[in-house]
This record gives sequence, structure tokens and C-alpha cells, in this order.
Amino acid sequence: MIKLKTPISEKEIRKLKVGDEVLLSGIIVTARDQAHKLMVEEKPDFIRDYLDGSIIYHCGPVVKKEGNGNWAFVAAGPTTSSREEPYQSDVIAEYNVRGVVGKGGMGDKTAEGLKNHGAVYFHAIGGAGTLIAERVTKVIDVFKLEEFGTPEAFWIIDVKDFPVVVTMDSNGGSLHKKILETSSEIAKNII
Amino acid sequence: MKLREPILELIRKTSTDLSEDAENAIIRARDKEQNQSTAQNVLNTILENIKLAREKSTPICQDTGALLFYIDYPVNGAEAEYRDAINWAAEKATQLQYLRPNAVNPITGKNSGNNIGLNAPYIHFNQWGKNSTRIRLMLKGGGSENVGTQYKLPNTALKAGRDLGGVRKVAIDAVLKAQGQGCAPGIIGVGIGGDRMTSYALSKEQFFRNLDQKNPDIELQKLEKTLYTDLNKLGIGPMGLGGATTTLGVYIGWQHRHPATYYVSISYMCWAYRKKTLTLQNGEVLYD
Repeated sequence: MIKLKTPISEKEIRKLKVGDEVLLSGIIVTARDQAHKLMVEEKPDFIRDYLDGSIIYHCGPVVKKEGNGNWAFVAAGPTTSSREEPYQSDVIAEYNVRGVVGKGGMGDKTAEGLKNHGAVYFHAIGGAGTLIAERVTKVIDVFKLEEFGTPEAFWIIDVKDFPVVVTMDSNGGSLHKKILETSSEIAKNII
Repeated sequence: MKLREPILELIRKTSTDLSEDAENAIIRARDKEQNQSTAQNVLNTILENIKLAREKSTPICQDTGALLFYIDYPVNGAEAEYRDAINWAAEKATQLQYLRPNAVNPITGKNSGNNIGLNAPYIHFNQWGKNSTRIRLMLKGGGSENVGTQYKLPNTALKAGRDLGGVRKVAIDAVLKAQGQGCAPGIIGVGIGGDRMTSYALSKEQFFRNLDQKNPDIELQKLEKTLYTDLNKLGIGPMGLGGATTTLGVYIGWQHRHPATYYVSISYMCWAYRKKTLTLQNGEVLYD
């Protein structure tokens, strides 16, 4: 098992290969549909320092406000990444992002972006909401909560040993592409 | 009749406590996967998560889904009373973090913040001849809903005709296209016949069946078994990362169709198969 902590260097990221199981730690940022649209259309600066050398997590969490006014994550598994396909590559380049965590994999445009900028796609376990929330040790800050709502806001979180698998690396390797090809071949035979 | 608290408890149970049939199916799948494989690791994590969510009474999945209620109520019941209780319980469940706020206005983009909105939660009402009330709840996640699809037979590209052979072909095609996106291993609901709307509705209602329960219709039972085997040959595996388990079960239902139409709807339910039933009878409250 490989352990990585943000910020991550390009050199470290380029060493990762499809199939590597990784435990992620450090500060990462949740962002999904509205956040990605905003990052491409308006390029806001409030998120810049957090994303530099760090990781975007495709996640719309269940959160609670504790007695002391701090936020805590209650359930926080990944959401489907393909919805960010139109934006992801540009966001990676603009904000110097080193990795994306989500589920379901992403397309050719993102694969190209990962290769060009030195980043990888990590797959988290869809639906493992409670388990992953336990690995979120602290909510550092939140942006756009009022405007976007809980699932769509930018949550800045500190994670410890968040379990993920590399399914798209920075050398063009993609497990999703491979599974699509082999399963399509099998389907052709049984249909 | 006291409705509010029992419905709140129904929501809590559905979101945090996976039904036994689904958990057992995942355990069987875990045991079938190759030792130490990614597929087996994924299923082990899923099982750990199910246990944790139950112990902590927190959502199994952060996408607590769209709330779909199916209510069978006695002749003297009033729909408004159920609607009122459901809205109260949905808001309370959101405050208690059993639910994520999941009702978004598509025009303004604004999240209502409490799961209440136009047709949210959605309630299917059915008046029946019994004295008891049965309230069934399904929490349907957005990722799995997005991979649901509808076919119009015949389908030339798939060489699928207007018969059960054609149904088999389009069901395989739907699961192939879904890959891991709907949080595989999924449960596949198939609706044959009806119009476009009732066809989808029928495919979704299949999810109230128990995974260990066989289809009483022998022809459909056979097709369910064939499809289960075929789909698990695809190698898509848990989360689409490869493996022997692509589906945990296939359910098929039919209804009469118009002579000119032959719809087959496929609904996909993620492994976080959240459905529960609440029965109210003579002041007694039962959950299943």
C-alpha cells in the first residue's frame, strides 16, 4: 500500500500506475458540477492555494454542524466523475491539481490532461459514505455553501488514510478503458 | 393515526440499515471473488461500511437518493395526512443527517435544503381493501438513476425482437453501457410493456422484491436466472474495476402493452439497495 500526503509533487504522481492502491492524507477539496463550471468560467482565486499540488474530490457530503460551530462530515463517498469530463482537464491545468478522486472513471479529454500536466485519477469506493467520512479528520473551511447548497459546495477537508485505487495514470493507462473493451467483446458474443 | 414518528424511523432505517437480503448477497459475492483481488477488497470495504453505518446510525451512502414512497392505505384514509407526515419526517430526517438535502430547483439551481419540493418526496398512492396501511420507501441514488434506460423493440442494432429473447439482449446492452457508473454490483429492474411512463414505473417497482425471492412466473424466472449468469460474465465487477460480480440480482415484471408499442425499461439500483416497508395495523408499527 502506497501512502501519499498533499501537497504532492509531479515526480511522485508520475510514479503511480494503474492498479496501485493508495492511502491519501492531507488537505483536499471537494468539488462537483457547479464548482467545476465556476472554476472554468470564472477561475476564482479563493480556491487556488488549496488546490495547488493537491487533490479534487468529486463528492457531495452529508454534513453536520457541531455544538462549537464547526462542521463535520457524516457520509462522504464519491459521486460519478464523468459529469466533470467537459471541465476536468482545464481545471487541472489552471489550478495545478495533482489528482482527482471520484468514481466511474473519466474520458479521453481528462486522460490527455492527466498525461500533459502530471496528474492521476483515483477511484474511491462508491457508496462507502460512512467509512470514508471517518477518514475525514477535520473540515477546514467551506466556500459557496449558501449559493450552491451542501452537496455542491467546495469543502476544504483534512483526510487521513483515505483508501483509493489508481485507475487512470499519467502515462495514458486507464483501467476503465480496458474493462469497457473486454466487457464489450464478451457482450458481443453473448448477445 | 400517528404517522410522523414511524415515517421518520422508516427513513432512518432505510438510509442507515441495509436490508439482510442485500447484505447477504454482497457477502456471497465477496466469497466468490478471487482472494486479495481489487474486487474482493472493494466488497470487503463495502461490507465494513454497511456495518459501520448501522452501528453509527449514519447514511450508508452520502447520496441518500430521491425519496420514493409507495403507500397502500385503507378506504377511510386521507392522502393529505400522509403527505403532511412525510414532509415533516423528510425535513426532520435532513436535520438529523439521515438524509442529504437532495431537492434542487432545475430553473434556479437552488437546493431547497430540506428534501421538500415539487413532487419531492414523490408519493405513489393506492387505496386498498385492507384495514392496515403499508408504507414502502425506496431511496434511489442519482448515479444509478442516470444509467437507467428505455428501449423500444424491435431494436435493429442489437437484433432484438419483440420477445423475451429481445428483452435479454437489451438488458445486457444496458448493463454494458452502465459499466461501473451505477455503483456495481447493481440490482437490475426490468419492466416489459406499458407506455413510456408506466414502463419505467414497473421497472422500478421490481426493487421491492426480496433478493432471495423467485419470480412466480416460470418464464420470467428462467429469464432472470439466464440474465444473472450472462451479466456476471461481463467482467465489469464491483465499481467497474473488474471481477466476477457485476449484478446481485435481476427482477422482471410485465404489463399489457399497446399493439404498436413494445417498451423495455431498465432501472439500475446500486449495491446500496435501500428499501424498507412500514406496516401500521391496529396501533401496531412493524418494519421490514
